[in-house]
Amino acid sequence: MTGPAPLSTPDLAEYMAAREPVLTAEHMTIDYQAERPVRAVDDVSLVLNRGEILGLAGESGCGKTTLAYGINRLLKPPAILRSGAVTLHDRNGTDIDVVDLVDDELRQFRWDKVSMVFQGAMNALNPVLSVKAQLADVFTTHRPSMSKQERQAASEELLSLVGVDPARLTAYPHELSGGMRQRVMIAMALALKPQVMIMDEPTTALDVVVQRGILREIMRLREQFNFAVIFITHDLPMLLEISDRIAVMKAGRIVEINTAENIYERPQHDYTKQLLSSFPSLLGDRGGFVRGKEEAHVARG
Amino acid sequence: MSLEVDHVTKRFKIRKGFRSSELVAVNDVSFSIQPGQTVALVGESGSGKSTIAKMILRLEQPTLGSIKIDGIDSREGGMRNYRRLVQMVFQDPFASLNPYHSIGHHIERPLRLHKKVSSKQETRERVAELLQRVNLDPDMADRRPHELSGGQRQRVAIARALAPGARYLIADEPVSMLDVSIRLSVLNLLARLQREENLGVLYITHDLATARHFSDEIMVMYKGDVVERGASDDVILNPQHEYTKTLLDAAPEPANHGKLRQEVRDEHLASQAK
Amino acid sequence: MSDKQATIDLELAPATAPGQVTITDQTVDETAVRRSKRRQFLGIDLPRMDVKLGLGIFLTLSIVLFAVFGRYFTQDPRNYDNPTFSPPSAEHLLGTNNLGADVLAQMAEGARGSLMVGVTAGFIAVVLSLLFGIVAGYLGGFVDEILSLITNIMLVIPGLPLVIVIASYMETRSMWIIALVLGFTSWAGSAVVLRLQAKSLRTRDYVAAAKVAGERTHRIILVEILPNLLPLLAAMFLSAVVLAILSEAGLSFLGLGPSGAITWGTMLNQASQHNAFHVGAWWWFLPPGALIALLGCGLSLINFSIDETINPKLRSAPEAVRAVRKAEKIARRNQRAKAAQRKVVKR
Repeated sequence: MTGPAPLSTPDLAEYMAAREPVLTAEHMTIDYQAERPVRAVDDVSLVLNRGEILGLAGESGCGKTTLAYGINRLLKPPAILRSGAVTLHDRNGTDIDVVDLVDDELRQFRWDKVSMVFQGAMNALNPVLSVKAQLADVFTTHRPSMSKQERQAASEELLSLVGVDPARLTAYPHELSGGMRQRVMIAMALALKPQVMIMDEPTTALDVVVQRGILREIMRLREQFNFAVIFITHDLPMLLEISDRIAVMKAGRIVEINTAENIYERPQHDYTKQLLSSFPSLLGDRGGFVRGKEEAHVARG
Repeated sequence: MSLEVDHVTKRFKIRKGFRSSELVAVNDVSFSIQPGQTVALVGESGSGKSTIAKMILRLEQPTLGSIKIDGIDSREGGMRNYRRLVQMVFQDPFASLNPYHSIGHHIERPLRLHKKVSSKQETRERVAELLQRVNLDPDMADRRPHELSGGQRQRVAIARALAPGARYLIADEPVSMLDVSIRLSVLNLLARLQREENLGVLYITHDLATARHFSDEIMVMYKGDVVERGASDDVILNPQHEYTKTLLDAAPEPANHGKLRQEVRDEHLASQAK
Repeated sequence: MSDKQATIDLELAPATAPGQVTITDQTVDETAVRRSKRRQFLGIDLPRMDVKLGLGIFLTLSIVLFAVFGRYFTQDPRNYDNPTFSPPSAEHLLGTNNLGADVLAQMAEGARGSLMVGVTAGFIAVVLSLLFGIVAGYLGGFVDEILSLITNIMLVIPGLPLVIVIASYMETRSMWIIALVLGFTSWAGSAVVLRLQAKSLRTRDYVAAAKVAGERTHRIILVEILPNLLPLLAAMFLSAVVLAILSEAGLSFLGLGPSGAITWGTMLNQASQHNAFHVGAWWWFLPPGALIALLGCGLSLINFSIDETINPKLRSAPEAVRAVRKAEKIARRNQRAKAAQRKVVKR
């Protein structure tokens, strides 16, 4: 069952030693139960450090979203976690075995310790509730002791944190632009000051300029609150710019993991090299791209 | 001999209850494409770039101005005379092929419509030849779209566009829906065909990097206006308009890895120091 | 959960297209792979054979065969030389009626009549709904306004009362007239559905692509749009047939059915007029009633299967439920094992 370990360079050990882990996933194997079970995630181990942005790169179907759902215990049948352990190393020093959590413990763990920003903000927000009601909902569920005034104040503070005018609190999702909706989603994920945020293609549907603004916001908030981020996307250049470390996934496995710098300067796996060469440089040379070098890519697709 | 877009304006009427307002999708845009030349039209969603494509293909009529290809006006009769000259590759390869029909059908129809073939035998040969030119197995003619991958479908769409012997090709975000690792191969294929056929290509995209490397000229559109145009390298390396600069700043650049991170960290530290 | 879908074909794709699909291009979706294995006719997915469809086809086919060949095995339905009101016997399998006509013979003749009315009316309804639905939806604009107006007017006029009024004004009513009237009054609902479908198909890229290639409007409607609607049309046709047969029976029962012809409806009408129920001649009214019900049931069962073909969610529902149940079972088992392990550790 165990395949080759992800490639990296020796200096990664040094990088890891200097940091303290916040989440450890070990030997995660996830299947989709069908007539023939399909292995979506195959024996993946992953360590996330406190305050780190870890990019999870891969193309559609590589299992990156499934892995994230597995870590957050969000898998719904027919997806099942065949084996594996997830441990959250809490701020107060206790270790939480995530796979063992049941009912109330699980509810507390989710959002309180690990929150998630989903791909389509339009679908993730409830269209018939105002932003205020949805933010308040997070607090009433997880912080029942808060008074109404406190909730109001906290909601306003959250919105201004993510760069949305607190006056928009009474707005409904359809009254907000795509970028604003995604900012509200981030505010909700931020509400309980979690230690880990999982972001699944949070900016894919947005125009580049809006996208850039939101990325900056996420990184600024990270500096401020020191949460760790697992950032899932197929956009490797974007990951190179925002992440501290990048894991490249292919066909259910992590094939390479390294610091962003090493991934770009010293890629080890052929697939990583291929992904990198798929994005021509904006300001640099043409590189592998266009006008004469078709054959290098012809074989696939 | 060129594709001429001459002072074209497109306004859409928007009816909201009893009130109606006008949306200017394209505002007085002019440009021309010579055979063998690639022009990139860059902009964000809603900038009007797809509307221009639709007008060139006669899927929409311009409100003002005219579009001429090799001297034939898009609004004059002889629809097929005009369409013979310009073809299109659509963005979504899953929507641009009819799920009911075989791959062969999609390529055969334009061949027959534009009288490129005279017999069944010849049709079959031409279809096989076109499939080979886009690096697909000729046997694929009998398959249906849902049996093909996204990259394969987009190749079929390119073969279909070549079938009538068009002189100009409009490629509307031809790779943005494909998996990253096959995008370049499709663009490279387009580039090869362009060279071989001496096509004039209008490459519509939001991706500045491929726009720069794929095309000779870049036009930047913002809210219906062309705000900047020029040789590709000039526009990208030495932008003049504020909007172009904003776009360029927002585009990820792999070589600058870590820069944004450091920037944000410095800003944060500076604000804390205060 | 797009990851889930795509990951599944990662496993299946190499099996269906060896050497064509590479790992880096996982864009053939899961349903596509499954669909390529489905039986097709003229490029249309055929419904999957199961108990429902089998029973539906069996019922419908039996009744059609009975209608076509029944008369070669029975006597003349208008032969009144037999004894009257005789219960079922070896000679008259379903007995005779008040005039001495053989009920089985009348059933066969009635099946022909009812089916003919049903199919003709169904055909007319589908053609009209195509005309008013697809043409309006595809062309849009002014044509759409006019055609939609007519459709909407037809939609709000209650069908059966209108048919009763029309039928009662006609002196002689042949079967064909009744079929015509039924067809002309029952197309509006389908037209509304088809119009919306055509409106949505019209904006698909492949329709734009056909236009760009230089196809003419009528060809785009007939060759590019219509084939994608065939399963829907088949379902609409079958519903229209059921509706017409039921309406015809209703009309005939009220005495407004085809004059001179024998249908299941006119048989029921005759039976009720001559007090078959009071006399206890169940063999006269029960068989036509039962066959109307069975035919309706058979056609509806076929329609359910077509529905599943049109709507992939319905199609894969049973399979998906099975997979989910199995996964839940495994998850529960894992949980129990974990709990047991924890207990051991605590000790």
